[in-house]
Amino acid sequence: MAETHSLQDLRQQATIASKVFIQRDYSSGTICKFQTKFPAELETRIDKQQFEETIQTLNNLYAEAEKLGGKSYLEGCLACLTAYTIFLCMETHYEKVLKKIAKYIQEQNEKVYAPLGLLLTDPIERGLRVVEITIFEDRSLGSR
Amino acid sequence: MKNCEYQQIDPRALSTPTATPTSTLPCAGKNPQRLRRKWEVFPGRNRFYCDGRIIVAQQSGVLPLTLGLILVTSGLFFVFDCPFLVAHLTVCIPVIAGVLFVFVVISLLRTSFTDPGILPRALPDEAADIEKQIDNSGSSTYRPPPRTKEILINNQVVKLKYCFTCKMFRPPRTSHCGLCDNCVERFDHHCPWVGNCVGKRNYRFFYTFIVSLSFLTSFIFGCVITHLTLRSQSGDGLIQALQDSPASVVELVVCFFSIWSILGLSGFHTYLVASNLTTNEDIKGSWSSKRRTEELGNPYSYNNIFTNCCVVLCGPMPPSLIDRRGFVPPEDTSQTVTSEMELPPFMSKNDTNMCTQGTKELLESVAHSSLLRSPCNPGTPKTAPASQESWLSTVSGAPTPSPGSPPSGCSGRQARRPIDNPCPQKAGRRAVLHASRPAFHLPSPPYSLTHNPLIFSDAPNVGFIPLA
Repeated sequence: MAETHSLQDLRQQATIASKVFIQRDYSSGTICKFQTKFPAELETRIDKQQFEETIQTLNNLYAEAEKLGGKSYLEGCLACLTAYTIFLCMETHYEKVLKKIAKYIQEQNEKVYAPLGLLLTDPIERGLRVVEITIFEDRSLGSR
Repeated sequence: MKNCEYQQIDPRALSTPTATPTSTLPCAGKNPQRLRRKWEVFPGRNRFYCDGRIIVAQQSGVLPLTLGLILVTSGLFFVFDCPFLVAHLTVCIPVIAGVLFVFVVISLLRTSFTDPGILPRALPDEAADIEKQIDNSGSSTYRPPPRTKEILINNQVVKLKYCFTCKMFRPPRTSHCGLCDNCVERFDHHCPWVGNCVGKRNYRFFYTFIVSLSFLTSFIFGCVITHLTLRSQSGDGLIQALQDSPASVVELVVCFFSIWSILGLSGFHTYLVASNLTTNEDIKGSWSSKRRTEELGNPYSYNNIFTNCCVVLCGPMPPSLIDRRGFVPPEDTSQTVTSEMELPPFMSKNDTNMCTQGTKELLESVAHSSLLRSPCNPGTPKTAPASQESWLSTVSGAPTPSPGSPPSGCSGRQARRPIDNPCPQKAGRRAVLHASRPAFHLPSPPYSLTHNPLIFSDAPNVGFIPLA
């Protein structure tokens, strides 16, 4: 039970020791991309490789959402021809990928981060500005 | 009821956004703490309708006028001109006009009611983290100089400015709109004609609107001329034709004045789209070679007109970041960074007078600042002094943001048009709006001045080392 409710419990019961914010990386322009530099605060908590893999996967997913290609142009043209009313009934490609990202983050939290006393917050909840990683105090969970 | 013994509770207060939590309702069984939606606690100056589905700027500007003009002119056309033209020419005319009209109205409403790409303000934790990373040597009573951060985009140095209102470093191409008090991504301009900012998410709607409006006005103009010509040929001359169809005269006048400005605006924005620029960048001359010694261009451009057009107009539609209809988590209600605490009492956000008060002060301030230097804009009527001297000293360059341009004779550069006409759809109405048009660069009421360095920060880089 601790596993299935671990995310909620973490938020409510464990004490937040600190938060780390992974900022955006604008070196390639305005596309959504986060810095893969490993923050010092996480050194004792998580493997650098694991962290970089998570951030890189996130970056790849966002790149997929914002990819310029035949499919996105088609969607854009179709939307323009229908005077953009099509957005009222159809989910955009970006939104579909955002759902994928949300699922990925939840899965990462459950499998990798929660056992280590960490919690990833979906960047969309922070306006795609930062990836917020909450570091909880190292104590046993579910004791309350 | 038992709770009447404790205190008199106004039943209306239970359902308003400012309702207090359950601690003041000890025996209230019927109304537990209502979860509020995020739009109800939104810190920017926007108004929301349909439970957060529709967002507009606080001041609707002249959107009703725009809509009214379009509806009235098109209505007159369909009622008075179309029957004659259908009888004498072809039924395609009202069909084409109808399609264009639908396009115009829908894209206008989409532009006005869509979130332009507002960035939510940083939460306190995030803001504190950023503060920690900035070398803050000033004391708490003295406002530190504007903070900037330099990054490399496609091997070109770009300066990111810190927004004191939103407590974050603005992403590239983002600008803070003073009227709406929000940072908007890929900020183009604040358009009073549509009553909203034009930014990343609604630029394509705006472009569709002005292009289809150009077609519609040209089409109506042409059809009305044809109608009057045919009528005068088959009747007793032009005067008689005009008297027979007075509605056509109205349409002619409206269309004649609109066409110049709208066609010009469409042409200008087509140029911007093709070079992947925003009005804001073009006015400031951010990427023009005049300001730079090296031949560095726009780092965001794909250097291909077709690609630029596709990217800007048909690119993926980014989501709204402000999550208007999401629910505010109960324990996080105090976390949102708002400027409410710093507001002087008379400037409370929900004060209905703020609209007029803010606009009035803004107009006064603009008028005063435009007197300080010889402006490009035709003179504003008011000459009342601004309320804060310190603001004036920083804003002296603001309404005409590109420092290189001469104070007069600015009609030469095509890029100057946006200063006079960010959205000058009806030229006859320009004078009224001149005072408020440069407003998109200016902060609104004085309280926010300390938070909006905007384009004032030509101060030297504080030497902040980028995080990367």
